Amino acid sequence: MHLTLEFGGGLELLCKSVKFHNVNVDLPKGADKLSMRDLLAWVRTNLIKERPEMFMKGESVRPGVLVLVNDCDWELSGQLDTTLEEKDVVVFISTLHGG
Amino acid sequence: MEADSKPKKSGARLCCVCNQNRAALKRPKTLEQICRECFYAVFEEEIHQVILENQLFKPGERIAIGASGGKDSTVLAYVLSELNRRHNYGLDLFLLSVDEGITGYRDDSLETVKRNELQYGLPLKIVSYKDLYGWTMDEIVKMIGLKNNCTFCGVFRRQALDRGAALLKVDKVATGHNADDIAETVLLNILRGDIARLSRCTSIITGEDGPIPRCKPFKYTYEKEIVMYAYFKKLDYFSTECIYSPNAYRGFAREFIKDLERIR
Repeated sequence: MHLTLEFGGGLELLCKSVKFHNVNVDLPKGADKLSMRDLLAWVRTNLIKERPEMFMKGESVRPGVLVLVNDCDWELSGQLDTTLEEKDVVVFISTLHGG
Repeated sequence: MEADSKPKKSGARLCCVCNQNRAALKRPKTLEQICRECFYAVFEEEIHQVILENQLFKPGERIAIGASGGKDSTVLAYVLSELNRRHNYGLDLFLLSVDEGITGYRDDSLETVKRNELQYGLPLKIVSYKDLYGWTMDEIVKMIGLKNNCTFCGVFRRQALDRGAALLKVDKVATGHNADDIAETVLLNILRGDIARLSRCTSIITGEDGPIPRCKPFKYTYEKEIVMYAYFKKLDYFSTECIYSPNAYRGFAREFIKDLERIR
């Protein structure tokens, strides 16, 4: 599944300072849908090059990291259970820095 | 099997305020699902109400906005500027920035403030630790090591703000401290048993008996909302952690509060 991912608020530093990533994510074996839960695991393995604890805690994002799917707060679509579709845009923004 | 005709993003919720547009975020403050336009309106209006109810400003005052180039101060400068115009507060607004001399952090964020100066049309003054005290933060850390850096820096910065404010001849300084910051500070003071600070730290106006009073218009504003506002409005801000902050005790308070919020 082709997706566009954006990392902001300092998270880009964990992905070699690259903010935008066009990715192709394989669906989990036997599944017909890709959930945010699946995507996060994929991101941790494939995109996060250092300090994964800055991005994730357990199977979700670190508290303080905002997630938008197609410019919509993922809290509206079920957070980890949000299902993704082809060409979706997912944005991760950290709020954990000085103001 | 049901023929589930899935509209794209099934369950796309409508804004609970206007009931017309698609909801773009869930407000942590109220748990309401709200669209962008209504969010902007309610975000700005609530801050306006905080300013009025707490009588933060008087017409004709010169106000320095403590600007670091970070998310809170950038949004504060933007919103205050806008509200000043919209509601005729009659304020003369300035951006006041402190250069602590932290390489790779402050030098970058100051570039952002310089852009803000142009973007918002607010005059900028920068005061530096080097000029005021003869030391940069980098030099200080070299001397004292990586412990208690924030304690030193915080004290120096507050004084630097006072000095800068005096140079600008302003009546007050406004800072971008948000609700999350204050919650962390309360917890921090409890954990340290700092009763003196605990009693003062939630005041929206401080230092009234000193040279330059300070206020926190974002006292009731949630950090997530500030970031979402900045994101949707495409406001330009700088977002890297100070290199000395991972050692700060505040980090523990922050982690704890964020974890609590999650299980709310």
